[in-house]
Order: sequence, then C-alpha cells, then structure tokens
Amino acid sequence: MSVRILFLGPLRDLAGQDDMLVEGTLDWDRLLQTVSPQVAAQLREERVNIACEGRVLADKTALMAEDGDEVALLPPVSGG
Amino acid sequence: MSIGEALAAFNASYPDAGGTASFIGKVRSDDDVKALELTHYEPLTIPGMEELAQAASEKFALAGVLAWHRVGVMTPGQPIVLVAAAAAHRREAFDAVDFLMDHLKSASWFWKRERRDDGWHWIEPRDQDRRDLARWK
Repeated sequence: MSVRILFLGPLRDLAGQDDMLVEGTLDWDRLLQTVSPQVAAQLREERVNIACEGRVLADKTALMAEDGDEVALLPPVSGG
Repeated sequence: MSIGEALAAFNASYPDAGGTASFIGKVRSDDDVKALELTHYEPLTIPGMEELAQAASEKFALAGVLAWHRVGVMTPGQPIVLVAAAAAHRREAFDAVDFLMDHLKSASWFWKRERRDDGWHWIEPRDQDRRDLARWK
C-alpha cells in the first residue's frame, strides 16, 4: 500500500505525470519535498486546493495521508 | 442520450410544473480553437454537482433540476453542459438555471483546456465568471 498523489488539470502538465505513489505517511512538508519544485510552488498558492480521500482540506497544511489514501492536487477550476 | 432527448425526458418528468427553463453551453467556434478538453475528478465532481443541484432546489421553488456536464474532448459547436429547472413559475426556473451555470463555470471541479494552432492552452475562469458567481453570495 502507498499514498497516491493525483495531479489534476494544469498540474498534470507541470508534473509531467498523472499520478505518483509514495510509501508511508504523507504530510504537507513531505508532499512539498516529494513533488517537483514547480508543483510545490503552485501548492503554496492559496488558489490551489488539496483533497484527501475525496474531501477538500480546509487547511491544506494539515494534510495527513496514510497508506491507501488518495491525495488530489486541485488547481483553479474552469467548467461550463 | 442526446441533449434533446435528455431535455424532453426531464420536461416530461414534471407534467405539473408551470414551465421548464434550460441552458445549453457549447464549444465556441471563435479564434482558432480546434478542440476543447474537459477533465474532472469524480470523487469531488459528482458529489459537488449533487450538492449544487440540491442547493438550487432549496434556494428556488423548483419541481425538479437537471445538471449535466460532459468530460472529454469536444469540437466547436458540440454541447458541453445542459442545465434545466422545472418550476411553477418562470422566474424561479430562469434564476435557477442562471445560478447553476454560474456555479458550474467557476465553482465546480472541472478543468478545461483548448487546442489552438500552437497547441493546448489551459483555461482559467475569467473575472466576469467570478463576478457572476459573487452575485449569489
């Protein structure tokens, strides 16, 4: 088991991949160290959100993902 | 099911409503846009749309509400989104459709990019979209 990080929308292009797997617990600091510096810079911006297990975090720096969790990185949306 | 069939089925579901208002959003054929791609994140997108439909039902006096959004690659002229609201009176139906579209444009979990002559470009909500959304706050 591992934590799956999903790159959505433009973050997928920036990361150069759809997703990545990391072993063990994933918190905010480790997430920033795990992704590329370009993606980390985006994550620090207020307009980028993070969801863990289908719930958008009110405070993304409180991220605490365990083995088996899915963490989605959510850039600003544009639908319709 | 086509847009027309969906709208007809929705309308037929509410025979006692005074009216049904609807909006179809399509890929614009302006500039040099060759294609549009919509992506989503289902664990958030589907519950989010269900909550949006519920919010519209509570905010306006509706008999029923329909919110349908496509994902994938679409070409100019093709439909992207269909929303409809059935209500006893037209104002509630019109307003509900307006409300649903403003939220689908800039507050739902979709990402949109368009392909032009020089490649793909990601689209962000315009300031106008954000102002439209703020009207409902």
